[in-house]
Amino acid sequence: MNRKIVIVDYGMGNLHSLKRIVSSHNIPVTISNKASELLTATHLILPGVGHFGQAMEQLKRNELIEVLNYLALEEKRSILGICLGMQLMTSFSEEGDCEGLGWFKCKTINLQAYTEPSIKIPHLGWNTLTVKNDHKILADISASDEMYFVHGFGVVEAMEEEVLCTTSYGIEFVSGLCRNHLIGLQFHPEKSHGNGQGILSNFINSCIVHE
Amino acid sequence: MYRPRIIPCLLLQGQGLVKTIKFSSPTYIGDPMHAVHLFNEYKADELLLLDINASIENRCISIDLVREIGEEANMPFSVGGGISTIDQIQQLIEVGAERVVLGSIAAVNPAFVREASQRFGRSTIVVCIDVKRTFLGKQKLVYQNAKKTANTDIFQFAKQMEAYGAGELLIQSVDRDGTFMGLDQELLFEITRQLSIPITGIGGLSSTDEIKQAHHTLNLNGYGAGSLFVFQGKNRGVLINYPSSEELKLLF
Repeated sequence: MNRKIVIVDYGMGNLHSLKRIVSSHNIPVTISNKASELLTATHLILPGVGHFGQAMEQLKRNELIEVLNYLALEEKRSILGICLGMQLMTSFSEEGDCEGLGWFKCKTINLQAYTEPSIKIPHLGWNTLTVKNDHKILADISASDEMYFVHGFGVVEAMEEEVLCTTSYGIEFVSGLCRNHLIGLQFHPEKSHGNGQGILSNFINSCIVHE
Repeated sequence: MYRPRIIPCLLLQGQGLVKTIKFSSPTYIGDPMHAVHLFNEYKADELLLLDINASIENRCISIDLVREIGEEANMPFSVGGGISTIDQIQQLIEVGAERVVLGSIAAVNPAFVREASQRFGRSTIVVCIDVKRTFLGKQKLVYQNAKKTANTDIFQFAKQMEAYGAGELLIQSVDRDGTFMGLDQELLFEITRQLSIPITGIGGLSSTDEIKQAHHTLNLNGYGAGSLFVFQGKNRGVLINYPSSEELKLLF
């Protein structure tokens, strides 16, 4: 099956830089909010910047929830959620007190409420990953490699075997989720120089394509 | 481990990059795309691009230029200059800006910050507070490239911006801009102590060693500089520079 990447456009976030970086792999990349287009992808990227509740609204408005659930759970296509995109894969977020897609049974909390007042929220800047479960997506990433984070809400209480990596900032939160073809990353690989580009390459090249 | 960002601050005038001293006498220093390319090579933590005349000329930073930067930059970047509508923010994010910087609009119409934060989320909205000291040492909020002074208390304004949903404040000292005389540590310390959102200090940074020393007391989330990263030494010969990854890790 020929690979094809579709970046899901639901009106939240910057898709340009992401498209540019994944385009360097000589694999067709499109940005789309159409279910018919999403169905043609082997690899989907669910990006996102902004408010969780509004993002779920946008997905509903674009009638994308059903097709995303079908691709993720029935078709088992490779899907990468980035930042808010990862949070949308969880069951629930305190941002808007809103249900998510629920692919990962865990929740997204307001970091402000769980950290000391001296810890400035949003978590903004470069931080490292502690890898918890081996997955091809983080091959070559070492404990000192820094990734770019910008988020005020974070994922906690994930099932141990689904935690790809964690990061510490006031509390230890889940900075990566994985279950076979489904991956979520709290940081922005597309903004994290060479380390991040390596992660995107791994997603495109190594993650299993399910026919 | 978390470490704060070291942020080159690039000023746009028209299509060119300039560097100012105390917000005046802009000197042309080169082409913005060339600088972005070099900061890519240096793996800079983040870039800040501000169009210094946009608010005075009642226009927004060029979307086309931001698109070009978005196509080049491998690092996050924030843009500012004359942003005053939700639609402009939408466009700037779509073409690749990670975050937008609200300056004059925040001073003139603080409620806009709340509207923008509700629409795009706290993480996307940065408010830049330009501070100028009067000759008696009182800190004043200035805007429109420091041409106008607001009658607002700096600390109250900063807290209002936090309450309205700013995800970060850039605190920029007009008096120290381009002078290499060091950050306004007293002001930065007091602001970061009173707020719970990230603070980046800009204006006067003299060396990366100063960051190392200042960070012990200030513990800011970002340290920004223009002259330090575009000039070589104090004779202001243009040389784009940035600490290496190893040097950065030694700073904190």
